[in-house]
Amino acid sequence: MKVKILFSITLLFTISLTVKSQDFETLNFKELEPTFHLQDDTTYVINFWAMWCKPCVEELPEFEHIRKSYENKNVKVLLVSLDFGVKVEERLSKFLTKKNINAEVVILDDLDANSWIGKVDDKWDGALPATVIYKKDKRKFFARKVTYSELAETIDNLNR
Amino acid sequence: MMKKILLLSFLLISAVAIHAQGYKVGDSATDFKLKNIDGKHISLADYKDAKGFVVIFTCNHCPYAVAYEDRIIDIDKKYKKIGFPVIAINPNDPAIVPGDSFEGMQKRAKEKGFTFPYLFDAKQEVFKNFGATKTPHVYILSKNGKDLKVEYIGTIDNNYKDASKVSTKYVEDAINSLLMNKKPAVTYTKAIGCSIKTKG
Repeated sequence: MKVKILFSITLLFTISLTVKSQDFETLNFKELEPTFHLQDDTTYVINFWAMWCKPCVEELPEFEHIRKSYENKNVKVLLVSLDFGVKVEERLSKFLTKKNINAEVVILDDLDANSWIGKVDDKWDGALPATVIYKKDKRKFFARKVTYSELAETIDNLNR
Repeated sequence: MMKKILLLSFLLISAVAIHAQGYKVGDSATDFKLKNIDGKHISLADYKDAKGFVVIFTCNHCPYAVAYEDRIIDIDKKYKKIGFPVIAINPNDPAIVPGDSFEGMQKRAKEKGFTFPYLFDAKQEVFKNFGATKTPHVYILSKNGKDLKVEYIGTIDNNYKDASKVSTKYVEDAINSLLMNKKPAVTYTKAIGCSIKTKG
């Protein structure tokens, strides 16, 4: 009996964990767009990436590092995944666990890319990775891989 | 005199800087000579009867490029015979992405049955001349005598994931206009893609 209860609890726990870890919001660009124009005191660091994108994966730890060092400093890191295909949420969940990335991740599923790339930034032509950092109306855009120090310098400048 | 030299150097530097950004719609494109997967070298000048070209920077590893492979084959089959062949170019440095090696290109072309040349930009000069930044990235050129003119830059269509849900075929629309001696209605779009892999 005891074993059974223990087993059930473990099972429930596992299920709830699994469900939680796969819980990504999937948005189209119209739904995501307001996130690029928030007017509060937070500095937003928004990175476009995908699991198969090598430079994106290489820079992910830099974003995680930023998230940790700017915790409680009004900095929000959002990773916008452009992954698509079979079981994308499950694969994403496993990948992030393995890489130990705990920043918020949303999936952007908007297939008419020409309609929204320019709305992220005029200078972006659609190549991954890309990163927007902004606070209110001040913003900086990177159409390439970035480092921790570049991110930190940009955030510090925006907060000056 | 000094001022003139300064001005001249400034103009030269600006010209170089502008050139480094690659082609814009309306620019003349320079021909190239690159190795095809069959080992032969190909130039656009080899295509005596072509009215133009669909130059597509693409590669083996990028999921966007892979998603478009069948559509690129369809475009080539449809337009090669009426004067607009597809010329695919892999611009990536295989030292960064091993899957995009010349052997990888041969393998992928065989698997998919590519109907068009698949060229390797081994020195990574051609994509820089064009100003391509990602795969897939399309440049439609029209040919008038020896002059190659850039008529369209951008994406293939408006759904990178699902060919059956495409509602605007930018590349086909542009070629259809050019075949009727008209300017394409849309000459520039932004394409999502994998950044071209280069050491600089």
